[in-house]
Amino acid sequence: MAKKTKRQARRPEGNEPETRELVPLEKARTGISGLDEITSGGLPAGRTTIVCGGTGCGKTMLGIEFLVRGALEFNEPGVLMAFEETPEDIARNVASLGFDIQDLADRKKLYLDYVYVEPSEIQETGEYDLEGLFIRLQNAVEAVGAKRVMLDTVEALFSGFSNPGILRAEFRRLFRWLKDRGLTTVITAERGEGSLTRQGLEEYVSDCVILLDHRVKDQISARRLRVVKYRGTKHGADEYPFLIDERGMSILPLTSLQLKHRVSDERVSSGIADLDEMLEGKGYFRGTSILFSGTAGSGKTTLAASFADATCRKGERCLFIDFEESKDQVLRNMKSVGIDLGQWAEEGLFFHEAWRPTQFGIEMHLLRIHKLIEKVKPQVVIVDPITNLVSGSSDKEVYSMLMRLVDFLKMSGITGVFISLTGAEGQLESSSVGVSSLTDTWILLRDIELDGERNRCLYVLKSRGMAHSNQLREFVMTTEGIRLIPAYIGPGGVLTGSSRVAQEGREKAAAREQQNELRLKQTEINHKRLALQAQIASLQADIETVEQEAERLSRSEQERQEQSDSELINMAKSRSK
Amino acid sequence: MVLRLYVAGQTPKSLAAISNLKKICEKYVSARYRIEVIDLLKNPALARDHQILAIPTLVRQLPVPISKIIGDLSDTERVLVGLDLRPPKNQKATA
Repeated sequence: MAKKTKRQARRPEGNEPETRELVPLEKARTGISGLDEITSGGLPAGRTTIVCGGTGCGKTMLGIEFLVRGALEFNEPGVLMAFEETPEDIARNVASLGFDIQDLADRKKLYLDYVYVEPSEIQETGEYDLEGLFIRLQNAVEAVGAKRVMLDTVEALFSGFSNPGILRAEFRRLFRWLKDRGLTTVITAERGEGSLTRQGLEEYVSDCVILLDHRVKDQISARRLRVVKYRGTKHGADEYPFLIDERGMSILPLTSLQLKHRVSDERVSSGIADLDEMLEGKGYFRGTSILFSGTAGSGKTTLAASFADATCRKGERCLFIDFEESKDQVLRNMKSVGIDLGQWAEEGLFFHEAWRPTQFGIEMHLLRIHKLIEKVKPQVVIVDPITNLVSGSSDKEVYSMLMRLVDFLKMSGITGVFISLTGAEGQLESSSVGVSSLTDTWILLRDIELDGERNRCLYVLKSRGMAHSNQLREFVMTTEGIRLIPAYIGPGGVLTGSSRVAQEGREKAAAREQQNELRLKQTEINHKRLALQAQIASLQADIETVEQEAERLSRSEQERQEQSDSELINMAKSRSK
Repeated sequence: MVLRLYVAGQTPKSLAAISNLKKICEKYVSARYRIEVIDLLKNPALARDHQILAIPTLVRQLPVPISKIIGDLSDTERVLVGLDLRPPKNQKATA
């Protein structure tokens, strides 16, 4: 089926007035994973696309898949004109991809024609053309009602005929012929030195050119695809890694160019109550990416396993991708801290896949992870660790792969956990791949060495979207799981382990001393108070006595005055008789 | 000698080839010969079955081995080389 996109009109307008219409550029979907995204819809419909590359880089595969999917998925029958391999050989090569070409041919969905090109020992005795080819093509197209054509590789004609003038003319005629009939065509060609294709086919056909590349670096093979040219449409212009596996070609486009993911408000527990507490008491945001980094043996895997445990406990699925330990190792190690992942594995909620990072190239890792995610459909994905992926690939490649993975997980609403091993203490906050900028939460595990002991500490370096704790906590693995004890700040700095206990003891003793002193002082003061109060009491008694005296005196004075007054009155009374 | 000439319709090249072939045969072929003209426009399936690409194509079926030449047969010397025919005495010998 063709998919439309917008594009400016190029056709000559004879009888139309000045208004220019926007004619959509039709595209033919390939159905090849990732290719339709890169080309914004597929190959140009009714036009010819050149797929060029070296031997064994997948040109034929791409063309065949284009035809087969066209016939199976988009109801567009196709014609395969093979110039080098016989259809039987081709059929055998693609049978491993699950494409049954013969069956399609029987069902008249595909027409297979093997064109034998004699080596150019044939005498050329005058003028000729390649009408035979056209007749065959016409026949083939009519036989199945084809909409798609693949010519593999049409360059073989160059080895059969030595008249370049005739060949050029016939090529031109061929592509016009295909275009006139609206056949979407793929032709394969060898990569050239100075030009795109060895024989310069891009002269005649240049609507769309795709370049395939197959490199081997450090014994690991890497395949790349690049859309060199695609007239009239926007296309991803980068090199995209791709793989050929049992389902055909898979190209991995960089989805992170979009940055358009849904965001969830939901919180999920980390599996450790104390850690949830440090994250606003609620835990991580679902669908975000979390990085645990730290030195060897600092407890990163345990943190991840706790999260896995919490996830499975809720009935959700967790996919653990391990580049270091085998499944049994992980299960056993976690059991010793009280995390039983085996039970979830049995219930079909916990999936552990392990493989060595050196086994494959970087794209294969990504692809395998993609396929596992498709199969398992987990809610949580853990990758442990990401740091040793660097060997065999450049930092940049690993970063780009991780970015793609992080983005893919976010788009799918899957919570991602990445574990990073850091070297010495000094490098803790400069993770080698810069992954920390990709993740939403970064939890750092640090070892503190003091007084002959080495204890682990944890702190949340960042957690976007929440007010996380900035405390440094001591990370203790008990048989009941992980505890995060608030850090103890002594006079010399943070203390952990037995130093902490000692210091705590000392401080407790000091506190007690102080209390005792206080009590003593209080008693003293009480005594003083009582003494003073007694003094006050006696002085008050004196005052009373003095006052009483004063009152008595004033009373007796008053009496005397009254007595003298009454005597005077009596005397006056007796005199007046 | 059995000669098969593949053509596509009545194009100038095809007609030229037919007439050139007749002339060459009359002049250089001493044994008995038979010319078959196959028009691929009438019989397109034969293009595939007989693996014919160029038009015109001349195939010498007999005697074996089969030999093939292409073109309108205007270059006589090349035709003779291709058909493995001896030229007449007053011309260069060919292998």
